[in-house]
Amino acid sequence: MAQNNRTLGVLFNPLSKDNPVIVQILGICSALAVTAKLEPAIVMGISVIAVVAFANVIISLIRNTIPTSIRIIVQLVVVAGLVVIVDQLLKAYAYDVSKQLSVFIGLIITNCILMGRLEAFAMSNKPWPAFLDGIGNGAGYAIILIIVAFFRELLGSGTLLGYQVIPDSFYEAGYVNNGLMILPPMALITVACIIWVHRSRNKDLQDE
Amino acid sequence: MEDFNLFIRSIFIDNMIFAYFLGMCSFLAVSKNVKTALGLGVAVTFMLVITLPINYLLETYVLKAGALAWFGEEFSEVDLSFLSLIMFIAVIASMTQLVEMAVEKYSPALYSQLGIFLPLIAVNCAILGGSLFMQQRDFGSVWTATCAGAGWGLGWLLAIVAIAAIRERLASYSNIPKPLRGIGITFIITALMGIAFMSFLGIKI
Repeated sequence: MAQNNRTLGVLFNPLSKDNPVIVQILGICSALAVTAKLEPAIVMGISVIAVVAFANVIISLIRNTIPTSIRIIVQLVVVAGLVVIVDQLLKAYAYDVSKQLSVFIGLIITNCILMGRLEAFAMSNKPWPAFLDGIGNGAGYAIILIIVAFFRELLGSGTLLGYQVIPDSFYEAGYVNNGLMILPPMALITVACIIWVHRSRNKDLQDE
Repeated sequence: MEDFNLFIRSIFIDNMIFAYFLGMCSFLAVSKNVKTALGLGVAVTFMLVITLPINYLLETYVLKAGALAWFGEEFSEVDLSFLSLIMFIAVIASMTQLVEMAVEKYSPALYSQLGIFLPLIAVNCAILGGSLFMQQRDFGSVWTATCAGAGWGLGWLLAIVAIAAIRERLASYSNIPKPLRGIGITFIITALMGIAFMSFLGIKI
Protein backbone atom coordinates (compact mmCIF):
# COMPACT_ATOMS: atom_id res chain seq x y z
CA MET A 1 0.00 0.00 0.00
CA ALA A 2 2.80 2.36 0.95
CA GLN A 3 4.47 1.52 -2.33
CA ASN A 4 1.25 2.35 -4.13
CA ASN A 5 0.92 5.70 -2.40
CA ARG A 6 4.43 6.65 -3.34
CA THR A 7 3.78 5.87 -7.00
CA LEU A 8 0.62 7.93 -6.93
CA GLY A 9 2.51 10.76 -5.26
CA VAL A 10 5.11 10.69 -8.02
CA LEU A 11 2.32 11.08 -10.54
CA PHE A 12 0.14 13.67 -8.79
CA ASN A 13 2.48 15.83 -6.69
CA PRO A 14 3.80 17.76 -9.70
CA LEU A 15 0.27 18.85 -10.58
CA SER A 16 0.01 21.30 -7.70
CA LYS A 17 2.28 20.99 -4.65
CA ASP A 18 5.45 20.40 -6.64
CA ASN A 19 4.40 22.07 -9.87
CA PRO A 20 7.45 22.48 -12.13
CA VAL A 21 6.42 25.91 -13.43
CA ILE A 22 4.99 27.83 -10.51
CA VAL A 23 6.79 26.16 -7.60
CA GLN A 24 10.13 24.95 -8.94
CA ILE A 25 10.26 27.78 -11.52
CA LEU A 26 11.51 25.57 -14.34
CA GLY A 27 10.71 25.76 -18.01
CA ILE A 28 9.41 29.31 -17.90
CA CYS A 29 10.79 30.35 -21.29
CA SER A 30 8.51 28.30 -23.44
CA ALA A 31 5.63 28.50 -20.97
CA LEU A 32 5.35 32.20 -21.67
CA ALA A 33 6.06 32.47 -25.33
CA VAL A 34 3.53 30.01 -26.72
CA THR A 35 0.49 30.97 -24.65
CA ALA A 36 -1.09 33.76 -26.70
CA LYS A 37 -3.51 31.18 -28.14
CA LEU A 38 -4.92 27.99 -26.66
CA GLU A 39 -4.15 25.62 -29.51
CA PRO A 40 -0.35 25.98 -29.62
CA ALA A 41 -0.31 25.82 -25.82
CA ILE A 42 -2.09 22.46 -25.86
CA VAL A 43 0.19 21.09 -28.57
CA MET A 44 3.24 22.32 -26.68
CA GLY A 45 1.95 20.74 -23.46
CA ILE A 46 1.43 17.36 -25.13
CA SER A 47 4.86 17.51 -26.78
CA VAL A 48 6.54 18.23 -23.47
CA ILE A 49 4.65 15.43 -21.69
CA ALA A 50 5.78 12.98 -24.37
CA VAL A 51 9.40 14.13 -24.38
CA VAL A 52 9.79 14.21 -20.58
CA ALA A 53 8.18 10.80 -20.11
CA PHE A 54 10.23 9.02 -22.75
CA ALA A 55 13.49 10.80 -21.91
CA ASN A 56 12.98 9.79 -18.28
CA VAL A 57 12.46 6.15 -19.29
CA ILE A 58 15.49 6.05 -21.59
CA ILE A 59 17.83 7.73 -19.12
CA SER A 60 16.51 5.54 -16.33
CA LEU A 61 17.21 2.41 -18.40
CA ILE A 62 20.81 3.39 -19.13
CA ARG A 63 21.46 5.18 -15.85
CA ASN A 64 23.97 2.61 -14.61
CA THR A 65 26.11 2.75 -17.73
CA ILE A 66 26.47 6.54 -18.08
CA PRO A 67 29.83 7.86 -16.80
CA THR A 68 29.08 10.75 -14.45
CA SER A 69 31.52 13.17 -16.08
CA ILE A 70 29.70 13.21 -19.43
CA ARG A 71 26.14 12.63 -18.22
CA ILE A 72 24.94 16.09 -19.26
CA ILE A 73 25.96 15.53 -22.86
CA VAL A 74 24.37 12.06 -22.87
CA GLN A 75 21.14 13.50 -21.47
CA LEU A 76 21.15 16.32 -24.00
CA VAL A 77 21.62 13.91 -26.90
CA VAL A 78 18.76 11.66 -25.74
CA VAL A 79 16.48 14.67 -25.30
CA ALA A 80 17.53 16.20 -28.60
CA GLY A 81 16.79 12.94 -30.40
CA LEU A 82 13.28 12.82 -28.97
CA VAL A 83 12.66 16.47 -29.75
CA VAL A 84 13.70 15.97 -33.36
CA ILE A 85 11.13 13.17 -33.62
CA VAL A 86 8.41 15.41 -32.14
CA ASP A 87 9.43 18.26 -34.43
CA GLN A 88 9.25 16.10 -37.55
CA LEU A 89 5.91 14.61 -36.46
CA LEU A 90 4.42 18.08 -35.96
CA LYS A 91 5.75 19.25 -39.31
CA ALA A 92 4.13 16.24 -40.95
CA TYR A 93 0.72 16.21 -39.22
CA ALA A 94 0.14 19.69 -37.77
CA TYR A 95 2.03 22.06 -40.01
CA ASP A 96 0.15 25.26 -39.03
CA VAL A 97 0.71 24.78 -35.32
CA SER A 98 4.31 23.84 -35.95
CA LYS A 99 4.73 27.15 -37.82
CA GLN A 100 3.25 29.08 -34.90
CA LEU A 101 5.47 27.34 -32.38
CA SER A 102 8.53 28.03 -34.59
CA VAL A 103 11.71 27.72 -32.56
CA PHE A 104 9.99 26.80 -29.33
CA ILE A 105 9.69 23.11 -30.17
CA GLY A 106 13.47 23.07 -30.60
CA LEU A 107 13.81 24.86 -27.32
CA ILE A 108 12.19 21.93 -25.48
CA ILE A 109 15.75 20.56 -25.49
CA THR A 110 16.91 23.28 -23.16
CA ASN A 111 13.71 23.24 -21.15
CA CYS A 112 14.93 23.12 -17.58
CA ILE A 113 12.12 20.74 -16.57
CA LEU A 114 13.76 18.03 -18.64
CA MET A 115 17.26 18.43 -17.28
CA GLY A 116 15.87 18.85 -13.79
CA ARG A 117 13.81 15.66 -13.90
CA LEU A 118 16.56 13.66 -15.58
CA GLU A 119 19.11 14.75 -12.98
CA ALA A 120 16.88 14.57 -9.95
CA PHE A 121 14.71 11.57 -10.68
CA ALA A 122 15.58 9.42 -13.68
CA MET A 123 19.25 9.02 -12.71
CA SER A 124 18.29 7.30 -9.47
CA ASN A 125 15.02 5.50 -10.14
CA LYS A 126 13.62 2.53 -12.05
CA PRO A 127 11.98 3.07 -15.47
CA TRP A 128 8.34 2.73 -14.35
CA PRO A 129 8.40 5.38 -11.58
CA ALA A 130 10.52 7.52 -13.91
CA PHE A 131 7.84 7.24 -16.59
CA LEU A 132 5.12 8.30 -14.15
CA ASP A 133 7.27 11.15 -12.89
CA GLY A 134 7.74 12.33 -16.46
CA ILE A 135 4.00 12.20 -17.15
CA GLY A 136 3.27 14.03 -13.89
CA ASN A 137 5.74 16.82 -14.46
CA GLY A 138 4.82 17.21 -18.10
CA ALA A 139 1.17 17.44 -17.09
CA GLY A 140 1.98 19.99 -14.39
CA TYR A 141 3.64 22.10 -17.05
CA ALA A 142 0.79 21.61 -19.52
CA ILE A 143 -1.83 22.63 -16.95
CA ILE A 144 -0.17 25.98 -16.30
CA LEU A 145 0.26 26.54 -20.02
CA ILE A 146 -3.41 25.83 -20.66
CA ILE A 147 -4.62 28.07 -17.82
CA VAL A 148 -2.46 30.97 -19.01
CA ALA A 149 -3.44 30.48 -22.64
CA PHE A 150 -7.12 30.20 -21.70
CA PHE A 151 -7.18 33.61 -20.07
CA ARG A 152 -4.98 35.25 -22.66
CA GLU A 153 -7.01 34.03 -25.60
CA LEU A 154 -10.37 34.69 -23.90
CA LEU A 155 -9.56 38.23 -22.81
CA GLY A 156 -7.23 39.07 -25.68
CA SER A 157 -9.12 37.83 -28.72
CA GLY A 158 -12.52 36.85 -27.32
CA THR A 159 -12.11 33.36 -28.74
CA LEU A 160 -11.24 29.89 -27.48
CA LEU A 161 -9.43 27.46 -29.79
CA GLY A 162 -10.32 29.86 -32.60
CA TYR A 163 -14.11 29.87 -31.94
CA GLN A 164 -15.69 33.11 -30.86
CA VAL A 165 -17.14 32.74 -27.34
CA ILE A 166 -17.94 36.33 -26.46
CA PRO A 167 -21.36 37.01 -28.03
CA ASP A 168 -21.77 39.75 -30.62
CA SER A 169 -24.21 41.60 -28.36
CA PHE A 170 -21.33 42.30 -25.96
CA TYR A 171 -19.37 43.99 -28.72
CA GLU A 172 -22.42 45.99 -29.73
CA ALA A 173 -22.77 47.14 -26.13
CA GLY A 174 -19.27 48.56 -26.29
CA TYR A 175 -17.10 45.67 -25.06
CA VAL A 176 -13.67 45.60 -26.66
CA ASN A 177 -11.00 42.91 -26.56
CA ASN A 178 -8.03 43.77 -24.39
CA GLY A 179 -5.20 43.89 -26.91
CA LEU A 180 -2.69 44.07 -24.10
CA MET A 181 -3.34 40.41 -23.24
CA ILE A 182 -1.89 39.30 -26.57
CA LEU A 183 1.41 41.02 -25.86
CA PRO A 184 4.16 38.91 -24.30
CA PRO A 185 4.51 40.75 -20.96
CA MET A 186 0.94 39.89 -19.96
CA ALA A 187 1.91 36.21 -19.87
CA LEU A 188 4.23 37.04 -17.00
CA ILE A 189 1.49 38.89 -15.14
CA THR A 190 -0.92 35.99 -15.65
CA VAL A 191 1.64 33.54 -14.26
CA ALA A 192 2.28 35.90 -11.35
CA CYS A 193 -1.46 35.89 -10.58
CA ILE A 194 -1.53 32.08 -10.68
CA ILE A 195 1.43 32.03 -8.28
CA TRP A 196 -0.37 34.50 -6.05
CA VAL A 197 -3.54 32.39 -5.84
CA HIS A 198 -1.59 29.16 -5.49
CA ARG A 199 0.65 30.44 -2.70
CA SER A 200 -2.11 32.04 -0.73
CA ARG A 201 -3.76 28.60 -0.66
CA ASN A 202 -0.51 26.78 0.17
CA LYS A 203 0.98 28.83 2.99
CA ASP A 204 4.09 26.67 3.38
CA LEU A 205 5.34 27.70 -0.06
CA GLN A 206 5.49 31.40 0.77
CA ASP A 207 8.82 33.20 0.97
CA GLU A 208 9.70 35.16 4.05
CA MET B 1 26.55 49.68 -41.04
CA GLU B 2 23.83 47.13 -41.64
CA ASP B 3 25.50 44.81 -39.13
CA PHE B 4 25.83 47.55 -36.54
CA ASN B 5 22.12 48.26 -36.85
CA LEU B 6 21.42 44.58 -36.33
CA PHE B 7 23.62 44.66 -33.23
CA ILE B 8 21.68 47.58 -31.72
CA ARG B 9 18.39 46.02 -32.72
CA SER B 10 19.33 42.75 -31.04
CA ILE B 11 20.10 44.55 -27.79
CA PHE B 12 16.96 46.63 -27.46
CA ILE B 13 14.21 45.63 -29.86
CA ASP B 14 14.78 41.88 -30.16
CA ASN B 15 15.82 41.61 -26.54
CA MET B 16 16.09 37.92 -25.61
CA ILE B 17 14.34 38.32 -22.26
CA PHE B 18 11.71 40.95 -22.90
CA ALA B 19 10.74 40.09 -26.45
CA TYR B 20 11.22 36.31 -26.54
CA PHE B 21 11.45 35.16 -22.90
CA LEU B 22 14.52 33.08 -23.59
CA GLY B 23 16.83 32.17 -20.74
CA MET B 24 14.13 32.94 -18.21
CA CYS B 25 15.02 30.08 -15.87
CA SER B 26 18.49 31.30 -15.04
CA PHE B 27 17.26 34.88 -15.33
CA LEU B 28 14.85 34.28 -12.45
CA ALA B 29 17.06 31.97 -10.44
CA VAL B 30 20.35 33.90 -10.51
CA SER B 31 19.10 37.47 -10.23
CA LYS B 32 19.22 37.86 -6.46
CA ASN B 33 22.30 40.10 -6.46
CA VAL B 34 24.05 42.23 -9.04
CA LYS B 35 27.47 40.63 -8.85
CA THR B 36 26.48 37.07 -9.70
CA ALA B 37 24.01 38.39 -12.27
CA LEU B 38 26.85 40.23 -13.98
CA GLY B 39 28.97 37.07 -13.97
CA LEU B 40 26.25 34.99 -15.59
CA GLY B 41 25.50 37.77 -18.07
CA VAL B 42 29.12 37.93 -19.19
CA ALA B 43 29.27 34.16 -19.53
CA VAL B 44 26.10 34.07 -21.65
CA THR B 45 27.32 36.88 -23.90
CA PHE B 46 30.62 35.11 -24.35
CA MET B 47 28.98 31.81 -25.29
CA LEU B 48 26.59 33.49 -27.74
CA VAL B 49 29.47 35.25 -29.47
CA ILE B 50 31.36 31.96 -29.80
CA THR B 51 28.58 29.53 -30.69
CA LEU B 52 26.65 31.66 -33.17
CA PRO B 53 29.42 31.91 -35.81
CA ILE B 54 30.26 28.21 -35.38
CA ASN B 55 26.66 27.15 -35.78
CA TYR B 56 26.34 29.54 -38.71
CA LEU B 57 29.23 27.88 -40.52
CA LEU B 58 27.82 24.46 -39.68
CA GLU B 59 24.42 25.47 -41.00
CA THR B 60 25.74 27.00 -44.23
CA TYR B 61 28.32 24.39 -45.16
CA VAL B 62 26.89 21.16 -43.75
CA LEU B 63 23.25 21.20 -42.74
CA LYS B 64 21.27 23.37 -45.16
CA ALA B 65 19.66 21.84 -48.23
CA GLY B 66 22.36 21.65 -50.89
CA ALA B 67 24.98 22.92 -48.44
CA LEU B 68 27.23 19.96 -49.07
CA ALA B 69 27.68 20.89 -52.75
CA TRP B 70 31.28 21.98 -52.08
CA PHE B 71 32.06 18.40 -51.08
CA GLY B 72 31.29 16.96 -54.49
CA GLU B 73 28.67 16.85 -57.20
CA GLU B 74 26.79 13.84 -55.80
CA PHE B 75 26.22 15.52 -52.41
CA SER B 76 24.45 18.60 -53.76
CA GLU B 77 21.00 17.07 -53.21
CA VAL B 78 21.55 16.15 -49.56
CA ASP B 79 19.39 17.96 -47.00
CA LEU B 80 20.52 17.42 -43.43
CA SER B 81 18.45 20.18 -41.85
CA PHE B 82 16.54 17.73 -39.63
CA LEU B 83 19.82 17.17 -37.81
CA SER B 84 20.28 20.82 -36.97
CA LEU B 85 18.81 20.63 -33.45
CA ILE B 86 21.15 17.84 -32.41
CA MET B 87 24.17 19.48 -34.05
CA PHE B 88 23.50 22.87 -32.46
CA ILE B 89 23.08 21.49 -28.98
CA ALA B 90 26.15 19.29 -29.39
CA VAL B 91 28.20 22.32 -30.45
CA ILE B 92 26.89 24.33 -27.51
CA ALA B 93 27.50 21.58 -24.97
CA SER B 94 31.00 20.84 -26.21
CA MET B 95 31.93 24.52 -26.51
CA THR B 96 30.79 25.06 -22.95
CA GLN B 97 33.06 22.25 -21.86
CA LEU B 98 35.97 23.58 -23.95
CA VAL B 99 35.59 27.15 -22.79
CA GLU B 100 35.38 25.95 -19.23
CA MET B 101 38.68 24.09 -19.57
CA ALA B 102 40.39 26.96 -21.40
CA VAL B 103 39.27 29.56 -18.88
CA GLU B 104 40.34 27.34 -16.01
CA LYS B 105 43.82 26.97 -17.50
CA TYR B 106 44.55 30.49 -18.66
CA SER B 107 42.56 32.72 -16.34
CA PRO B 108 41.91 31.15 -12.94
CA ALA B 109 40.61 34.47 -11.59
CA LEU B 110 37.87 34.67 -14.21
CA TYR B 111 37.21 30.97 -13.71
CA SER B 112 36.55 31.39 -10.01
CA GLN B 113 34.12 34.17 -10.86
CA LEU B 114 32.26 32.36 -13.62
CA GLY B 115 33.00 28.82 -12.46
CA ILE B 116 29.60 27.64 -11.35
CA PHE B 117 27.75 29.35 -14.18
CA LEU B 118 29.63 27.89 -17.08
CA PRO B 119 28.13 24.38 -16.93
CA LEU B 120 24.68 25.90 -16.41
CA ILE B 121 24.94 27.71 -19.69
CA ALA B 122 24.74 24.58 -21.83
CA VAL B 123 21.06 24.42 -20.95
CA ASN B 124 20.33 28.14 -21.14
CA CYS B 125 17.60 28.62 -23.72
CA ALA B 126 19.02 31.96 -24.82
CA ILE B 127 22.05 30.25 -26.38
CA LEU B 128 20.16 27.58 -28.31
CA GLY B 129 17.49 30.16 -29.09
CA GLY B 130 20.13 32.41 -30.64
CA SER B 131 21.24 29.62 -32.96
CA LEU B 132 17.66 28.74 -33.91
CA PHE B 133 16.81 32.37 -34.69
CA MET B 134 19.98 32.57 -36.76
CA GLN B 135 18.79 29.54 -38.74
CA GLN B 136 15.31 31.01 -39.15
CA ARG B 137 16.46 34.42 -40.35
CA ASP B 138 19.02 33.40 -42.96
CA PHE B 139 21.82 35.77 -42.00
CA GLY B 140 24.09 36.82 -44.83
CA SER B 141 27.54 36.21 -43.38
CA VAL B 142 29.46 34.94 -40.37
CA TRP B 143 30.07 38.53 -39.33
CA THR B 144 26.34 39.29 -39.26
CA ALA B 145 25.76 36.23 -37.13
CA THR B 146 28.48 37.31 -34.69
CA CYS B 147 27.00 40.80 -34.41
CA ALA B 148 23.56 39.39 -33.68
CA GLY B 149 25.07 37.05 -31.10
CA ALA B 150 26.90 39.87 -29.36
CA GLY B 151 23.75 42.00 -29.37
CA TRP B 152 21.54 39.27 -27.93
CA GLY B 153 24.15 38.52 -25.29
CA LEU B 154 24.47 42.17 -24.24
CA GLY B 155 20.70 42.57 -24.19
CA TRP B 156 20.46 39.57 -21.88
CA LEU B 157 23.22 40.96 -19.67
CA LEU B 158 21.46 44.31 -19.47
CA ALA B 159 18.19 42.68 -18.50
CA ILE B 160 19.58 40.41 -15.79
CA VAL B 161 21.70 43.17 -14.21
CA ALA B 162 18.74 45.55 -14.19
CA ILE B 163 16.40 43.06 -12.57
CA ALA B 164 19.04 42.03 -10.03
CA ALA B 165 19.53 45.67 -9.02
CA ILE B 166 15.78 46.12 -8.58
CA ARG B 167 15.43 42.91 -6.58
CA GLU B 168 18.27 43.88 -4.25
CA ARG B 169 16.47 47.09 -3.29
CA LEU B 170 13.05 45.53 -3.28
CA ALA B 171 13.89 43.13 -0.49
CA SER B 172 14.49 45.87 2.05
CA TYR B 173 12.27 48.77 1.06
CA SER B 174 8.90 47.37 0.21
CA ASN B 175 5.95 45.65 1.77
CA ILE B 176 4.78 43.05 -0.72
CA PRO B 177 1.79 40.77 -0.03
CA LYS B 178 3.14 37.52 1.40
CA PRO B 179 2.13 35.11 -1.38
CA LEU B 180 3.74 37.34 -3.99
CA ARG B 181 7.10 37.63 -2.27
CA GLY B 182 10.13 36.26 -4.03
CA ILE B 183 9.22 34.80 -7.38
CA GLY B 184 5.77 36.32 -7.87
CA ILE B 185 6.86 39.91 -7.69
CA THR B 186 9.87 39.15 -9.90
CA PHE B 187 7.47 38.04 -12.61
CA ILE B 188 5.50 41.25 -12.33
CA ILE B 189 8.62 43.43 -12.42
CA THR B 190 9.87 41.56 -15.47
CA ALA B 191 6.52 42.13 -17.15
CA LEU B 192 6.62 45.85 -16.39
CA MET B 193 10.16 46.07 -17.73
CA GLY B 194 9.00 44.16 -20.78
CA ILE B 195 6.26 46.70 -21.37
CA ALA B 196 8.83 49.47 -21.04
CA PHE B 197 11.09 47.75 -23.55
CA MET B 198 8.19 47.51 -25.98
CA SER B 199 8.48 51.24 -26.51
CA PHE B 200 11.53 50.42 -28.63
CA LEU B 201 9.36 48.40 -30.98
CA GLY B 202 8.41 51.27 -33.24
CA ILE B 203 11.98 52.33 -33.88
CA LYS B 204 13.21 51.42 -37.36
CA ILE B 205 16.93 51.16 -37.72
